[in-house]
Amino acid sequence: MATEVKERSVPKPAFTDAEAGAKEFPSWQSRSYNYFTPRKRRATVYEDVTVDVQPDPARHLSQGWVYEFANGVGGYPQEWTALKSSNWHQFLDPNEEWEQTIYRNNANVVRQISQNIEHGRTAGVYAAFDPAWVKVLERHVFAWAHAEHGIGLHVYTPAQRDAPTNMINNAMAVGAVHKLRFAQDLILYNLALSEEIDGFDGSIHRQTWQEDPVWQPTREFVEQLTATRDWAEQWFATSVVFEPMLGELFRSGFVMQVAALHGDFVTPTIMGAGESDAAREQRGARVLFRMLTDDAEHGAANQAQLRQWLSTWNAAAENAARTLQPIWSQISEKVVRFEDSLERSKARQQALLADIGLEA
Amino acid sequence: MSRASITKAHQKIQELSWEPTFVEPVDKYPTDYTFEKAPKKDPLKQVLRSYFPMEEEKDNRVFGAMDGAIRGNMFRQVQERWMEWQKLFLSIIPFPEISAARAMPLAINAVPNPEVHNGLAIQMIDEVRHSTIQMNLKRLYMNHYIDPAGFDLTEKGFANCYAGTIGRQFGEGFITGDAITAANVYLTIVAETAFTNVLFVAMPGEAAANGDYLLPTVFHSVQSDESRHISNGYSIILMALADERNRQLLERDLRYAWWNNHAVVDAAIGTFIEYGTKDRRKDRESYAEAWRRWIYDDYYRSYLVPLEKYGLTIPHDLVEESWNRIWNKGYIHEVAQFFATGWFANYWRIDGMDDSDFEWFEFKYPGWYDKYGRWWEKYTELSKKNGHKPIAFEAEANYQYPHRCWTCMVPCLIREDTVMDEVDGQVRTYCSQTCHWTDKVAFRPQYEGRDTPSMGRLGGMREWETLHHGKDLAEIMQDSLGYVRDDGHTLIPQPHLNLDPKEMWTLDEVRGITLNSPNVLLNEMSPEEREAHMAQYKRGGPAGRPAAA
Ligand SMILES: [Fe+2]
Ligand SMILES: [Fe+2]
Repeated sequence: MATEVKERSVPKPAFTDAEAGAKEFPSWQSRSYNYFTPRKRRATVYEDVTVDVQPDPARHLSQGWVYEFANGVGGYPQEWTALKSSNWHQFLDPNEEWEQTIYRNNANVVRQISQNIEHGRTAGVYAAFDPAWVKVLERHVFAWAHAEHGIGLHVYTPAQRDAPTNMINNAMAVGAVHKLRFAQDLILYNLALSEEIDGFDGSIHRQTWQEDPVWQPTREFVEQLTATRDWAEQWFATSVVFEPMLGELFRSGFVMQVAALHGDFVTPTIMGAGESDAAREQRGARVLFRMLTDDAEHGAANQAQLRQWLSTWNAAAENAARTLQPIWSQISEKVVRFEDSLERSKARQQALLADIGLEA
Repeated sequence: MSRASITKAHQKIQELSWEPTFVEPVDKYPTDYTFEKAPKKDPLKQVLRSYFPMEEEKDNRVFGAMDGAIRGNMFRQVQERWMEWQKLFLSIIPFPEISAARAMPLAINAVPNPEVHNGLAIQMIDEVRHSTIQMNLKRLYMNHYIDPAGFDLTEKGFANCYAGTIGRQFGEGFITGDAITAANVYLTIVAETAFTNVLFVAMPGEAAANGDYLLPTVFHSVQSDESRHISNGYSIILMALADERNRQLLERDLRYAWWNNHAVVDAAIGTFIEYGTKDRRKDRESYAEAWRRWIYDDYYRSYLVPLEKYGLTIPHDLVEESWNRIWNKGYIHEVAQFFATGWFANYWRIDGMDDSDFEWFEFKYPGWYDKYGRWWEKYTELSKKNGHKPIAFEAEANYQYPHRCWTCMVPCLIREDTVMDEVDGQVRTYCSQTCHWTDKVAFRPQYEGRDTPSMGRLGGMREWETLHHGKDLAEIMQDSLGYVRDDGHTLIPQPHLNLDPKEMWTLDEVRGITLNSPNVLLNEMSPEEREAHMAQYKRGGPAGRPAAA
């Protein structure tokens, strides 16, 4: 049998001149997505890659949802929150999160944190931590990681299934990974400290979170958040109640104030990353809930509903916050009084509520 | 991070989960599956500290390639025949991607395994990545390709065109109904594990052969996340198999999910690859050949069949029948012909087939010309704007406009397989026995005598033609769909690639034509007329040729 030398078979490129402007004909310059009205004159990349990707029977979806749950509802029912809007699609994420921002920001954060931890190691700072502070770190600071993880996985993650637009759901999906990443940042820092500090108890945080009386109302608050069916209530109670009243109270009002005085300049940088994530989600919450309290048709009803949520969740949050008070006195350098931290948190929440149109 | 430190880190992050004691977890997304006794099966190890930089690097490569393609004038070599189908494909696919993100809490809620939860949460953000990166690719096409019309209305087109519902199942099916049916069996076990191979591997290959190397860059980057997703799904199905009570449900769901994925994905991707390409080298893989390799060998034989040893009942008959439909019953050719018949209601242009296409089809699918050749010759003849109507409305094309399948919403194109039945008070048609079973038997609150209270329903106005029944075509195109170019007169879709404004079809050529819904007409018939009509319909084909009355 003769062997044939075969030419490698590859597709042949052809000159097609199919580039923009090669010909003029109707629509040859129609080079923007034209099925939505951008906020400004030209749509941002964020708007282009986000708006209307989740369809809506109230907009272009002419045949309705083709699958339903057993109870007959399908898609993204507006009834999955008690709040109402004349136009849910008005909400745009002020952070304009999409693929590029998500990975750029979070990659920068994890790189920065890894470097900070490494610098601490090479500078030998961990051994110089104040022993009383080490006890607070291993118990309380790392107990905090659970709260972040629980909210990421069981609050923001389910909530992003439920809202009526892609813009709202994507914002909550990003909130979810911020929380999950931050929880992991903390717990992997715990792992590093276990290797650096003699006698460091790397696992006591679990018991602290689950059993230490000072944490139980906070854990209950987080568990209640996870058991809430209404996605808007979840976002509101997380961003507008939990974050200022418990999150900032502990992260900024305690850890970031006191760590450095105990020889620890690494922990505040990690906490700071979590704090700035939470601030991003608050920017989104501010825009969403302001839109809802301003709604010409539903504004009053929304305000009443939000005030009801606020009073319930705030009562629980204040109780949880006050229960955390003993932590403030477990350190040797008492630079900050619990009452001052709590006042600061309340003032922050008041400012946030004023932005939303829910001033006291 | 090194592998050892990932393993260590992965172990450490398991410390983050806890069992709630103050509340009962809210049962947001019901399922009839039970996981009480499930042993934990771990997916691939995933830690966000290494995940984010890894994905950022992948993104940087994608964005670099995009810049390069523009600087290198890629569109001077891109085939319009191919790029036009991207107007349909890229209008559909970002929705399934984002739906996969939305599906993750369904699975998390159902499965008590923190390690799987962690993997599923990462998949959630992967899917946000996929959806937005694909929307961005499409935006680039709109900005740089010769004809932006159809890209410019993309998400609206997806939401109101006659193919939209077909694509939308592959998305809505992930997020609605029984949580495990949707987010595990339909999404991961079948769609991601089997059909992403043709979607994200075969499609990009064909794109490259048509001068587009950006689609491969983006879709290979997407596909590289898929092994983690497959591993999540595999852990869940192994856990489900540990409980005897789940077997029956798994068998039901695999039958439904396999068949629906075949009906939908093979219809769309098969058409793009076989009819959207200019690459007619005889040794390039046909869709059927790719299917045999990726789906039959790699998925069915290497993934699905081995699950039998865990007690899973595999739908061997449906896998074989899918192949039979592709290889012997001309499924993809029938679908492509249906799309081309319907060009008048699209938002993309469809190029006719020429002699070199005929030769390739005959070589790859012997007997093709006798079935489909005449019709495609007619298509080219009737693509010229010279006084006649679109081919769908010209009797000389010898094509009977098909009934829709109520379930998969692809029409009943393999005429002899059509099933007609009265279900929920309406006479419906189905493309196949399995689609009939899906509606009548599977998506119901009881299954084989057991209660299935969490199972979803098929709903919505499923027939596009019924929505527009009795309306004038010009009115449909202008008012209902909005598929008109910016002169307010020329149609976005065209049955050819000629961009000379004088040769382009306008509202004038479709005015005065009434669109009818075969299903409405069917329901208006007397039972006897209906039986006679259906008997004749089933004798019709191939290539939609009507049988003698
Ligand atoms: Fe994906
Ligand atoms: Fe079907």
